[in-house]
Amino acid sequence: MLRLVDRARSGDQAAFEALVRATYADTYTLAYRLTGDEEDARDVVQETYLRAFRGLKRFRGDAQFSTWLYRITANCASTHLGRRARHRHDELVDDAPLADERREIDPEDRAENVALRDRLRLAIDELPPRLRAVVVLRDIYDLPHGAIAQELGISETAAKVRLHRARRRLREELYPSRDPDADDGADAEDVRSRAV
Amino acid sequence: MCGPVRCEQVADDLAGVADGSALLDPRRRRHVEQCLRCQADLVHYRRILRAMRVMRTEILEPAPGLLAEVLANLEEAGERQAIRLILSGRRVAYLSGIAAATAAGAAGALVVATRHRRAS
Repeated sequence: MLRLVDRARSGDQAAFEALVRATYADTYTLAYRLTGDEEDARDVVQETYLRAFRGLKRFRGDAQFSTWLYRITANCASTHLGRRARHRHDELVDDAPLADERREIDPEDRAENVALRDRLRLAIDELPPRLRAVVVLRDIYDLPHGAIAQELGISETAAKVRLHRARRRLREELYPSRDPDADDGADAEDVRSRAV
Repeated sequence: MCGPVRCEQVADDLAGVADGSALLDPRRRRHVEQCLRCQADLVHYRRILRAMRVMRTEILEPAPGLLAEVLANLEEAGERQAIRLILSGRRVAYLSGIAAATAAGAAGALVVATRHRRAS
C-alpha cells in the first residue's frame, strides 16, 4: 500500500487506480454509514476519490492512507448532507449484503452478537446525521476527536458533546430503561468481575 | 458536603469509563460498585462499543458499476489536469518570452539613449 501511495504521489495514475480498487468498498461502507443512503454514498465516494486525487501531493504520509481517506470521506459526506439539508434516515431497509470477516467461535455468542449488531445498525441509521457522523467516525473508525471536529467543521468540544449524546441515544434505544432489581441482575453480574 | 452519589451524577461518565477515556473518582466508583442500574448501563455501553468495533471489519458490497464509475471520473480528471498542466506550461513560456522581449527592448533603449547622450 505504501509503495502504491508513493508511486501515486509522484503522478503514477495506474498506482492511484490500484489504490482505488483496494479501498473503494471500505470507502463506500463508511459513506453509506454516514449518509444512510445508497445513492448518497455513491456520490460521496465519487467526490472522495476526486478530492483525494487532487490532494494526493498534500498527503504527508504521517497518517495511514486509509485514515486520510476516511477524513476526506467524512468531509465529503458532511458537505453532501449539508447540501441536501434534509434527513435521509427515514428508509430503514438495510438490504445491502454484508461480508462479516470476523470469526466468532461460540455459535450462541455469534447469534447474540449478530443480533445486537443488526439492531445497532438500525439504531445508528435512526440517529440524526450530525450525531451519527460523530459516533461512526469515533467508535467504528477510531478517528481522534480533533480530526472529526476538523472534517465536520465543528469544535472539538461540540464533537465530544455529540458523541456523548449519540452513545446515550444508542444505549437507550438498544437497552430501554428497566427496573434494575427486576432484570438487570445478569448484566450487573457481568461487570462485577471487572474493574469499574 | 458529600451526600450520597446518585445515578444521574455518574450516568454522563459511564460511556467514557466503558471506552477507557474517563475515570471515576473513588466516591462515584463506590456508587457504581453498589448500584445495579449503573453497572447494567456500563455493561450496555461496553457491549455497544464492542459491537461497533466489530462493525469496523464489516464491508458493505457496493452495487456493481461503482468502481468503473470512479475510475472513469478519475481518468477524466487526470486528463483535465494534464491539459491544464500543458496549458499552464505554455502560458509560463509565453509570459517568459514577453518578459524577456520587454527586458531586451528596455536594455536596447537604454544603450541607444546612453550613446545618444554621449554623442550630444
